[in-house]
Amino acid sequence: MLQDDKKNIQLLSMTGICKSFSGVQVLSDAQLELRSGEVHILAGENGAGKSTLIKILAGVHTEYTGTIHVDSKKVNFNSIHDAAAAGISVIHQELSLVPAMSVAENIFLGREKSRFAWLAKAEMIKKASNMLKEIGLDIDVTRELGDYPLSTQQMVEICKALAINCRIIVMDEPTSALTDVEVEKLFTIIAKLKQNGCGIIYITHKMEEIYRIADRISVLRDGKYIGTAPASELNQAKLIQWMVGRELNQQFPRHKPKDGSVALSVKDFTVADPSGKPFPVVSKVSFSVKTGEILGVAGLQGSGNSELLNGIFGTYGTKAKGKIELEGKSYNPATPSHAIANGISLLTNDRKTTGLVLGMNIVHNTTLAALKKFSPGHWLKPAKESQTAEHHKKALNLKAASLSMQVDSLSGGNQQKVAIAKWIETEPKIFFLDEPTRGVDVGAKHEIYELMNKWTSQGIAIVLITSEMPELLAMSDRIIVMHRGKITAEYASADATQEKILQAAMG
Amino acid sequence: MKNGLKHSWIASPVTRALGALIIIFVIGLIFNADSAFFKWGTHRDMLRAVSVYGMLACGMTMVIIAGGIDLSVGSILALTAVCFSLFTIHRGINVFIAIVLCLCIGTLCGVCSGAFIARFRIQPFIATLAMMVFARGVAKWVSGGQKISTAVQQADGSYKYVDVPEIFNIINSKILANNITVVTIIFLFCLLISWLLLVKLRYGRYIYAIGGNEEASRLSGVPVSRAKVLAYGLSGLFCAVAGICQAAQELQGDPEAGVAYELSAIAMVVIGGTSLQGGRGSIWLTLIGVLTIGYLEKILSINAVGEDKRLMLTGAIIIAAVLLQRTKK
Ligand SMILES: Nc1ncnc2c1ncn2[C@@H]1O[C@H](COP(=O)(O)OP(=O)(O)OP(=O)(O)O)[C@@H](O)[C@H]1O
Ligand SMILES: [Mg+2]
Repeated sequence: MLQDDKKNIQLLSMTGICKSFSGVQVLSDAQLELRSGEVHILAGENGAGKSTLIKILAGVHTEYTGTIHVDSKKVNFNSIHDAAAAGISVIHQELSLVPAMSVAENIFLGREKSRFAWLAKAEMIKKASNMLKEIGLDIDVTRELGDYPLSTQQMVEICKALAINCRIIVMDEPTSALTDVEVEKLFTIIAKLKQNGCGIIYITHKMEEIYRIADRISVLRDGKYIGTAPASELNQAKLIQWMVGRELNQQFPRHKPKDGSVALSVKDFTVADPSGKPFPVVSKVSFSVKTGEILGVAGLQGSGNSELLNGIFGTYGTKAKGKIELEGKSYNPATPSHAIANGISLLTNDRKTTGLVLGMNIVHNTTLAALKKFSPGHWLKPAKESQTAEHHKKALNLKAASLSMQVDSLSGGNQQKVAIAKWIETEPKIFFLDEPTRGVDVGAKHEIYELMNKWTSQGIAIVLITSEMPELLAMSDRIIVMHRGKITAEYASADATQEKILQAAMG
Repeated sequence: MKNGLKHSWIASPVTRALGALIIIFVIGLIFNADSAFFKWGTHRDMLRAVSVYGMLACGMTMVIIAGGIDLSVGSILALTAVCFSLFTIHRGINVFIAIVLCLCIGTLCGVCSGAFIARFRIQPFIATLAMMVFARGVAKWVSGGQKISTAVQQADGSYKYVDVPEIFNIINSKILANNITVVTIIFLFCLLISWLLLVKLRYGRYIYAIGGNEEASRLSGVPVSRAKVLAYGLSGLFCAVAGICQAAQELQGDPEAGVAYELSAIAMVVIGGTSLQGGRGSIWLTLIGVLTIGYLEKILSINAVGEDKRLMLTGAIIIAAVLLQRTKK
């Protein structure tokens, strides 16, 4: 389909790649080939070794066996600079930006324009601003990156990767933190890159994405290479079979229990802007959830849906105000620990900064939010803790060499599972799930849906935020849509469609 | 999967820290003037010399794991040493009450730093720097700038020498057939308390969690402020214990005592391998760090190395030990 001579030539080949971490084999004989002008999907379950393979290509991991050819020349990367010099640019799964620095500084991090410090700074700001505009992002580049929501940060990361003109671009789950609008922007960029003859390696767990942009698909399972096929020849069922090694039920399994009583009702809830701006991020929102119900809260970036849940949970302390009733009793959001004690739990949308203590091990993260349960009279019960963690490991199919592993050496999806396990342990009555399936593979997603069913059948009320529209539509019993801090629409799940929701979300 | 555990002991921080200690120990065996290293007395004296620092290092370990730093330990030590001498030697207050009062003073200082850090979000470096200056000031004010010793000034300006209270001798004595000093026992007791808190108790877990990721901990319902106040308060308590021991060893309360002790305590923690970033480390690593510095000093003094070279060597050792910790990460 690509006639141009410059297209469809081999850019990269990795063969016989093996890698182990302190004795645990993570990749064994993995391979990957990339041609110019193609989007090559790298698929596999959580912990299959996708990110590890990419980190080898990026020069992050330098101890491995196997050979890498770039433009048919054998290469050996000793650092990330070597990889960049060979024309490889990587958007890593975990953001690698500095939140305390400005957006412009982040984009040029590591290759600052340094002729005359003050002159170059103005130039940098202008250039950064232009580059972001080109990918459809119009923001103040002199503000601290940490002030912006995760999705904007992700777009900045993408912009940074594109700033160096590279021929091989790797994106490791770039859309896991993006909303639909930004995903469209990203796909436009990808189409342009393809036109220019770049090769793109793209990792994702979202099936719709795979079939929208894939030219070819390669699959890894447990660190082993399973195969490569053109997207047109590998249908979804077969792809899942390759990834999981067995067939998998792909239906959304929502079973709504009978209508319960009102578990949480919120009236005129307002959250002031945490950075002190005069406009509230959530203004006068009212809604309620019943026991056994899943309420979906849709909204684009900046809609305030995440802030609404955080406000009720007590994250912002007194910056959030409104009338809240829990099972008919009045409740004031004071602190997260107060909320947890009252049966409200919040799975936050960013496991790295607000979800997990990355330096602690799996067991300790699992029990952190419910530690009182595991320490009667202040004394910890390590045996009980391990037992619980072991239980969740099985239930959530957590892939980890041992439970005493630090969570930062887990794969992204497995980290998410630890965060979920932590909140299950708090035994909430009202469960706020902010992007519960972020970075989670197909099999585990299904497990999480089943868990949501189980919880609602036990009378737990769930409020769900997710940027994956099919998930929202299929799992919610009722959907409210937010735009700029206000509710703009409400649908019963049967009446809701993707178009209606998007329209309401745009205001 | 089993292979993973085969290699892990090599990489574990305890092994690395022990490595540094063993190297120092071997150096001691080589430069073994008068075969001093073969006499238990040498080791006993090393332990005695290092005990007061060790107590400060215990508190410092908890504070550092919680993601903070405590610069005020030396000053609180001086303040409590002065108070203890004043209470017992000059005022003749009951020893038991004097000890309790001093422990309260130390704890209060720590709790104040902790409260400013937790409630008003002042950076630990700054809050404890302020406490360092403040406590030193109080120590000088209470003592009138004089060493509080057995020479008690009378109303007419003459000095009268009094006997030092019995408690001073008790703390200074050696027990178990002269094989170990009481201060060392007290240090081991501080270690034990720190270990219990950090490993066995719920709040210890909170301290690790806060040091690792404060925001995630807060959102998990961890009582962040209380855990921080606890860490700084305990650090203050151990300072007071150290201050009492210091007064007993010097037979006086010196308002100038403990200058730069905070740096020694931090060095001991860091040499052990506890990272200043917080969230990681252990009290046993600190014990190793304390012994490493203790032996280093002892070896240098056995071999009569001058203070100038001693300081240079200690600086070099700190860097070397920390680099050793970092290799192969
Ligand atoms: N630094 C490390 N130390 C030990 N084990 C590691 C380390 N990094 C990764 N692993 C292990 O390697 C395996 C593969 O991880 P990797 O991050 O490559 O998975 P992945 O395919 O990207 O998964 P996901 O879809 O969840 O992102 C995991 O089981 C993980 O625990
Ligand atoms: Mg990954």
